[in-house]
Amino acid sequence: MSDNQGPVWEIFLQKKAGQPFVHCGSLHAYDKEMALQNARDLYTRRGEGISIWAVPSNAIIASSPEDIGPFFEPSNDKVYRHPTFYQIPDAIGHM
Amino acid sequence: MTVNDALFQYTLRLGDTNLILGQRLSEWTGHGPFLEEDLALTNITLDITGTAKSLLEYAALVEGKSRTADDLAYLRNDRHYFNAQITELPNGDYARTIVRQAIIDCFDFYFYTELAKSKDETLAGIAQKSIKEVTYHLRHTASWVERFGDGTEESHNKAQTALNELWQYTGELFEMNEIDEILIKEGIAVDLNLVKAKWEQYMTDLLQKSTLVKPENVFMQTGSRKGIHTEYLAFILAEMQALPRMYPDAKW
Amino acid sequence: MEINKFEEVFEGKLAKNEMVEPKDWMPENYRKHLIRQISQHAHSEIVGMLPEGNWITRAPSLRAKVVLLAKVQDEGGHGLYLYTAAETLGISRDELLTNLHTGKAKYSSIFNYPTLTWADIGAVGWLVDGAAIMNQVMLQRASYGPYARAMVRICKEESFHQRQGFEIMTHLAFGTADQKAMAQDALNRWWYPTMMMFGPPDADSPNSENAVKWRIKRETNDQLRQKFVNQTVPQVEYLGLTVPDVNLKWNEAKKGYDFSEPNWVEFKNVISGNGPCNKERLAARNKAHDEGAWVREAAQVFAKKRSEVYAAA
Repeated sequence: MSDNQGPVWEIFLQKKAGQPFVHCGSLHAYDKEMALQNARDLYTRRGEGISIWAVPSNAIIASSPEDIGPFFEPSNDKVYRHPTFYQIPDAIGHM
Repeated sequence: MTVNDALFQYTLRLGDTNLILGQRLSEWTGHGPFLEEDLALTNITLDITGTAKSLLEYAALVEGKSRTADDLAYLRNDRHYFNAQITELPNGDYARTIVRQAIIDCFDFYFYTELAKSKDETLAGIAQKSIKEVTYHLRHTASWVERFGDGTEESHNKAQTALNELWQYTGELFEMNEIDEILIKEGIAVDLNLVKAKWEQYMTDLLQKSTLVKPENVFMQTGSRKGIHTEYLAFILAEMQALPRMYPDAKW
Repeated sequence: MEINKFEEVFEGKLAKNEMVEPKDWMPENYRKHLIRQISQHAHSEIVGMLPEGNWITRAPSLRAKVVLLAKVQDEGGHGLYLYTAAETLGISRDELLTNLHTGKAKYSSIFNYPTLTWADIGAVGWLVDGAAIMNQVMLQRASYGPYARAMVRICKEESFHQRQGFEIMTHLAFGTADQKAMAQDALNRWWYPTMMMFGPPDADSPNSENAVKWRIKRETNDQLRQKFVNQTVPQVEYLGLTVPDVNLKWNEAKKGYDFSEPNWVEFKNVISGNGPCNKERLAARNKAHDEGAWVREAAQVFAKKRSEVYAAA
């Protein structure tokens, strides 16, 4: 078996309970337990998180820069998806 | 021996064990087998050195002779150090470092779990903080023991050799003397017999899971409770204490 | 899309101060330049662990010991962030390390100087990290996203490093006569090597022009060097020490100090392998890597065994 640094993992941290997991960086690890431990040792040295996701990099499917038009522009004109599109009588107050 | 004398000696024993182990582990920083593991081991080193600092600060307080934790660390000679001998042995290869660390992490886990119930509030407090750290250390080192044991033939042999060579230093961890006797009566110290049974069980399970053979009928080394050490400790101290000894008037 | 069109999009991003991301098209020279710059930076962090690590076992107080451990560990972490940033450009950690171990890749010349006394640990933190931070602050706005993000994290963590160094210098400079002499000696030896860290004068700096154009460098070597001197001289004065430069003088017209250039012949030699510790540094990295080979192999084999077990279960 040839020497290598092991597969790359992407690490996501949750800062506080209830908050979303945010990508904080990558690292190398040879197995799942090691990925989790390395993430803890590398990315939470200053109390940056309370929960970790470790995902093998090659399991991530990413959109391409060319997708930017067809993927994201069509949603720009769907103003009816936003609450400000609708008029609510003043008498009703907050909704 | 008064209770206070016993408490001082007991706290020194715990502080020294952490200090010398941290000193040895710190030799790895910047030289680990790969970058992620270098950082991981240094985290363990930092925890252990931090615990040493808290314990020596407390020892200094208990002694009440206006010595500081640094005085205790830097101005005592080897015959007045009470760390377990296993901590002062050279790191050897990474298997040896990891096997030693697993042995001690496991001991510490059960030891500090008991010490957290101590009637001495300071020791109990230090122990409570330490349990969290040690729980993680043990998870880390145990997973490496398993990787080495059940990894390649080379890693298996290295781990087994380390185990065979280190086992003779494990008896010391459970030795008790007058100090323990006095303090157990006061509800301060830990009865190491309680720790021993749990430690044995955990190590047996871990080694079995790792396809490693637990050494049996080993003649145990002894001495550290009386300040008798291996030849290595005096060298460790010569290096560690060089600056404060060279510049006795200096503050750092 | 035509190649011109790609190039237009790329240039457009630079013009609008937008970030370039790993999957975006980028000119081959840009990619190459980035790989070189980021990996040199990463190697510098990793090799930089050695001169400071040299004093961990001899730190003169328990506090100094844990602080130094944490600091050297941070350098390792920074190297790691940077390696992973470089990897997004299509080069593996293994290749990057091979380049370091064979001497093909460069790292900051400063780490080829020895740390001879405890004061050197102060000087490295204060001067070397001080100089590095100037570069790094600028690079937080670099055009390549993963690099800039790594720099943001690094800058946040670095903030204690320079203070740690200055604190050591303070204890020494205001300590006993022996300690003060130790501090002055360290300043004497580290001043010029630190000045070299910003690289050769702009007139002789082959990579600067593109780097500035691509926003992977935003100030020139000479600008940064001047800034560093202006910032550091008052700190030297505070410590009651002397900058080892007879030509150092405030220049009211340029609102900055005039100072002597470091010895650029020495710089070229240290960069190309003739510094006092080049061989030791590379040997130490190679030794750690070689002796770690069986550890990495065991981890690989174990992972493979366990994944087969999982599959069978």
